[in-house]
Amino acid sequence: MGVISSKLGNLGVVTTTLDTAINWGRNGAMWPLLFGLACCAIEYMGTQASNYDLSRFGMELNRASPRQADLLIVSGRLTRKMAPVVRQLYDQMADPKWVISMGDCASCGGVYNNYALVQGVDEVIPVDVYVAGCPPRPEQLLHGIITLHEKIKGDSIRHWAAPQEAIRV
Amino acid sequence: MSIPQALDPAAAVKAAFPDAIDDVREYAGDTTLVLKPEYLVRVAQYLRDTKGLVYNVLSDVSAVDYWPDYNRPGRFGVSYHLLSMLYRRRLRLKVYLAEDEPTVETVTGVWPGANWLEREAQDLMGIDFKGHPDSRRLMMPDDWQGHPHRRDYPLGYETVMFSFNAEEIMKHKPRATE
Amino acid sequence: MAVQSAPETMEQVFKWEGSLDDLKGLVSERAITGETMLLNMGPHHPSTHGVLRVLLELDGEEIVTCLPDVGFLHTGIEKTIESKTYEKGVTLTDRMDYLAPMSNNMGYCLAVEKLVGLEVPYRAQIMRVICLELTRLNSHLVWLGTHAIDMGAMSVFLYAFREREMILKMFETLSGQRLMGSYMRPGGVWRDFPEGFLQTLESFLEYFQPKIDDYERLLTKNPLWIDRTQGIGVIEPEQAMAWGISGPSLRGSGVNWDLRKTMPYSSYEQFDFNVPVGEHGDVYDRYLVRILEMRESVKIIQQALKKLPAKGPFRSENRKFVPPPRAELGQSMEAVIHHFKLWTEGFSAPDEEVFVAIESPRGELGVYLHGTGGTKPRRIHFKTPSFVHISSLPIMTQGHLIADLVAIIGSVDVVLGDCDR
Repeated sequence: MGVISSKLGNLGVVTTTLDTAINWGRNGAMWPLLFGLACCAIEYMGTQASNYDLSRFGMELNRASPRQADLLIVSGRLTRKMAPVVRQLYDQMADPKWVISMGDCASCGGVYNNYALVQGVDEVIPVDVYVAGCPPRPEQLLHGIITLHEKIKGDSIRHWAAPQEAIRV
Repeated sequence: MSIPQALDPAAAVKAAFPDAIDDVREYAGDTTLVLKPEYLVRVAQYLRDTKGLVYNVLSDVSAVDYWPDYNRPGRFGVSYHLLSMLYRRRLRLKVYLAEDEPTVETVTGVWPGANWLEREAQDLMGIDFKGHPDSRRLMMPDDWQGHPHRRDYPLGYETVMFSFNAEEIMKHKPRATE
Repeated sequence: MAVQSAPETMEQVFKWEGSLDDLKGLVSERAITGETMLLNMGPHHPSTHGVLRVLLELDGEEIVTCLPDVGFLHTGIEKTIESKTYEKGVTLTDRMDYLAPMSNNMGYCLAVEKLVGLEVPYRAQIMRVICLELTRLNSHLVWLGTHAIDMGAMSVFLYAFREREMILKMFETLSGQRLMGSYMRPGGVWRDFPEGFLQTLESFLEYFQPKIDDYERLLTKNPLWIDRTQGIGVIEPEQAMAWGISGPSLRGSGVNWDLRKTMPYSSYEQFDFNVPVGEHGDVYDRYLVRILEMRESVKIIQQALKKLPAKGPFRSENRKFVPPPRAELGQSMEAVIHHFKLWTEGFSAPDEEVFVAIESPRGELGVYLHGTGGTKPRRIHFKTPSFVHISSLPIMTQGHLIADLVAIIGSVDVVLGDCDR
């Protein structure tokens, strides 16, 4: 044993399942899409900023291109004019991909029950975690992200083909 | 540099265009000149360029729908809110438009800032601004039908979901798939 | 009239029918022949501050025509308010300009008060001033952070949001919500300042003043910042007034016009503050004006703290419009009647129209309110500063490079929720 083991310590052998290893990798560095719609995007920016520091969860890197992103946080109200755009962004993301519907408007239309708004983004794209609040506090969003992590931990290669039910936070 | 004496807008317009004004109203400190639609652009130009008036900024163009039982000269009203920075006062010009032909000349030639304000009124209230340089829809998608801010356009809400009607609503609600 | 129903299949969602012919007359002839390039920017673009779409005609990197396209956040707030009573409408106004919710509340409440002729007690007016100026700080901090990020200065964002969290914490103690407090109501404010709020505010102001110097140290004399901003997006004062530009963007062009000074509302005439005015009308001057405005806001709040009466009503006591406090309900039958009437039916307003304008952090926020004689408005229309500023982007961007467009959009401080409503 030479230099390497003296630097790393003697780790020995770690045994794990393939599922756990893959999910660990996916949880640890989930890159969100740099995308904001309305008020919730401001709280999302607050979550990114110094006080709440989203990079604790390996998410400091916002990708502006959907091709490089794993997580779409729909932050804010989705109008009928915007809906095709969001669907296109979702379709451009590479698998595996997840969606958090942030805020009341994105989850169910919120206070705007009217002609202009899509009553929940789940009419357009499949959602993994719903976060309530108008707008949700950064802590609530963090809770939603952790819930998504939990969900991914339960994921297995065998389930990849079959879509799973959403979680409401 | 001395500032010319401020003029009373209603009296000045009456002197320059004797037929233009239908009515002058005061409410809560706001002055409204109700104009005949065909005089609008000429009066606007006059109000902007005359010494003692100088309404150099167009603050707002807002359309209002008096449907269904309107006791006014027309179903639609369009209000132009002018601001005179020199004299620090505001003025409202108002025209009433008929239900079957809500058309009025554009004031983009007087205040270029009217461009989008009029486009918004055109899109959401269906007021036709004659001579407007760009009459595409502004807020709604290009293929949208109807003008949502009219009073006879339904708000278009979705019934609130309870356990007794959830099944019925979910049947009609579009659901996204992978 | 045919009414659009919700799309039921994905094919309907994706249906798009359009051609280049729609753009004839809007872009130059060279674009139709393919000599210049048409480039779509947005609605998903990191530096358009939301969902703004801009169609650019480019000659190399130079912008020939710029056609902004808005409406991706059109929420129908005006139409929804028509179906609510006057008191309930406040909640929706918060969500228009989500960086300055209190300013929207203020504009709406002033319009309602003017329509029904409701007086606001002096103490409530001063409380409103404190909230409005805090909102201005809040909004300018977000603007500063995002504007700097757009130009590649990452660290300002982290500092600006650190201070902003403190303001949000104060808003939370006031109203129970960080962003959308709905703290202002027709006739005054929702409740009195909670205990300890004024002390927190005072210590925050002490803490905040040197922080503005910190931001300036990062940007004002930074050669990269100056290169990116000076001489960019120039708008002449005559042009700015003709296009209806207002607020800091107008003052950056050298027009000394601030509604708080020139047409004061809510006792602003009693405050002593300066109106910072720029000189060149470029991005850099607009930046300087906003930085100086933050300093002035701090001054205004400090004066307001001195002026604030220790005791007095925080909301009008006209029971025809303002619901009685909870404590009165157990003792007075009349209070119960008023409470029931105001929360079920609401108060009615005459069939008249009013227009009110206030100085929001972005510029002149105008509210046009038309009553029906009943308890719900016939029409409410917001003339929002972002809407006007986006409409004048074409004249500001002409002849500039595509990278400068980002700087210009940031410098006029647009919020798309404010623009589209």
